Amino acid sequence: MAPAPKPKLAVWKFASCDGCQLSLLDCEDELLAVADAVEIAYFPEATRAVVKGPDDLSLVEGSITTQHDAARIHQVRKSSKRLVTIGACATAGGIQALRNFADVSEYTKYVYANPSYISTLATSTPISRHVYVDFELQGCPINKTQLLEVISAFVHGRKPNIASHSVCIECKRSGTPCVMVTQGTPCMGPITHAGCGSICPSYGRGCYSCFGPMETPNTASLAKWFEKLGDDRAAVLRKFRTFYSGKEAYRKESGRHEPG
Amino acid sequence: MEHRAGIEWSAQTSYVARADFNALIDALLNHGYIVVGPTIRDGAIVFGEVQSDRDFPVGATDVQDGGKYRIGEHTAPTLFSFAASPHSLKTYLYPSRSLLYSAHGSSGNFAVDAPAPQTPARYAFIGVRSCDLHAMNLQDKVFLEGAYVDPGYKHRRENAFLIAVNCGKPAGTCFCVSMGTGPKAPPLFDLALTEICDDSGHYFVVECGSAQGSAILACVPHRPAEATELHAAQEVVRGAERAMGRKLDTTDIKELLYRNAESPRWEKVADRCLSCANCTMVCPTCFCSTVEDTTDLTGAHAERWRVWDSCFTIDFSHIHGGSVRKSGSSRYRHWITHKLASWQDQFGASGCVGCGRCVTWCPVGIDITEEIAILRQTETDHETLPEEQGNARD
Ligand code: SF4
Ligand code: SF4
Ligand code: SF4
Repeated sequence: MAPAPKPKLAVWKFASCDGCQLSLLDCEDELLAVADAVEIAYFPEATRAVVKGPDDLSLVEGSITTQHDAARIHQVRKSSKRLVTIGACATAGGIQALRNFADVSEYTKYVYANPSYISTLATSTPISRHVYVDFELQGCPINKTQLLEVISAFVHGRKPNIASHSVCIECKRSGTPCVMVTQGTPCMGPITHAGCGSICPSYGRGCYSCFGPMETPNTASLAKWFEKLGDDRAAVLRKFRTFYSGKEAYRKESGRHEPG
Repeated sequence: MEHRAGIEWSAQTSYVARADFNALIDALLNHGYIVVGPTIRDGAIVFGEVQSDRDFPVGATDVQDGGKYRIGEHTAPTLFSFAASPHSLKTYLYPSRSLLYSAHGSSGNFAVDAPAPQTPARYAFIGVRSCDLHAMNLQDKVFLEGAYVDPGYKHRRENAFLIAVNCGKPAGTCFCVSMGTGPKAPPLFDLALTEICDDSGHYFVVECGSAQGSAILACVPHRPAEATELHAAQEVVRGAERAMGRKLDTTDIKELLYRNAESPRWEKVADRCLSCANCTMVCPTCFCSTVEDTTDLTGAHAERWRVWDSCFTIDFSHIHGGSVRKSGSSRYRHWITHKLASWQDQFGASGCVGCGRCVTWCPVGIDITEEIAILRQTETDHETLPEEQGNARD
């Protein structure tokens, strides 16, 4: 039997910092295995060689912030059998979704010498707002082990083992005593999507929610507890408006802590 | 393992001086045990590997309340003046992550790899509390009884050497007296210590629960305890009984929960509950797990892992068509009803041993004892309610 042709993998970039696709290059030990398992058809950050589409698996990084990108994502979708979004930008609009709470034309005036050159949308939106997405991998940036898991799962046609429960479960599985309970440090872990391996609590810090909301985020209850621990409105607002303010649950909760 | 029956004090108790405590650890180390005892990590007294009393939290105590844990200073240089920690025997006997099997294959062939030889982890635990021994007894029912015995658990359990400590200083969240699970350790131990530190000196009254317990004690300087010393030990335990931080009224508890499946109280708890699963992770009797099947990139190697799971996650009750328990109220209700009621039908005992861990380690301080008290109250209030409701509808 002739070996089946390798599935083609493409990596696309929209409005983002490149950190998530770097996670793929960061898979030093596993990179050769990746190159063995898939044909890298399009990955400008790694290689200038381009193989013609369509692609079996497209990894999409970044959010939609321009007219041009809003059109381009449809091209990507059309040429991809499976489309997986990676990172906070692609899955929720990213840090740049903070613009959704402000007046874009107002601040481009302060930032750019010639704001007239700037052609941008008023919002930063996730890919899923524009096209159908097969799977969303959370994180700012994503975890490389999880990325490999997702690629392996898609290559072999199985379900990825990516849990959407709280970070707390990761703390408890690794035996990290809870920072909220032992120090009174506000921690977003209870309502945050697992995946990082509870890095911050294991260093004695509260979770910043860089993996976004978990499956059933009770934001109001946790916000109330933060206030009890001494957070003022601004501090609570900031916790919900950092990496994942574009997610409905966080957008709404942050709105309840606006000044005034 | 042979253990004496009965929960009374042993007819023969021994005296071991505090100064000879290290001889006990040395004896265990010399017998090839990995010795696990209380030690301070990241602001909590947890189980960890210990080599000598220098690793112990000398003179430390704990302050525990709903959603709160702090290490405090005790007035005396004691080794065991604190209560349950976030870790329990479960942490070791039923690890959070374990490989069930690995397999390899290529184009249609699939073969399970021969299991790696069991690494003989022989643990000796120092400072196991009464509630934890009761919890272990429950996990034994789950993992060792019935048609399917868990080989890993069996192996670790049979090789475990258990040194209990009778509690002298319960925490604010303890309620073992209500559950009939403490503070006096049940005879499931190899050795049990009661620590006394007063004007008369600093020493341990030691009970022996098995032949291997006697063998270890034989390596440690000791003599029969005098009546006054035994009396002092009994006073320590009586003091602990009086100092319980919390109470749970278990009267009719199974029926209470069964008839309150539709109580309005569940929505109230759900307003606060984060479904974070901390309560189930720290509970020494909770045993649920999920199974993760993975392949590597080549597809030639597969592994099946078992990891701790919780009834608070959505995937836990996911069956064809979706999750059975979508609302927070249904998840909390399920958890507390299983713990305190249906566990009795399933295993013939309460699934709660009153250790208070779920209260302390709930990040928003949800309290199982308080929820039961309020459930009772809500029910009483409701008995007078139909009339009021009628009035409201008029
Ligand atoms: S430290 Fe944060 S993530 Fe970890 S258990 Fe506590 S609240 Fe949850
Ligand atoms: S339900 Fe709570 S108090 Fe009861 S055994 Fe579990 S953790 Fe301890
Ligand atoms: S009761 Fe507390 S610890 Fe348990 S899931 Fe709810 S918030 Fe988390």
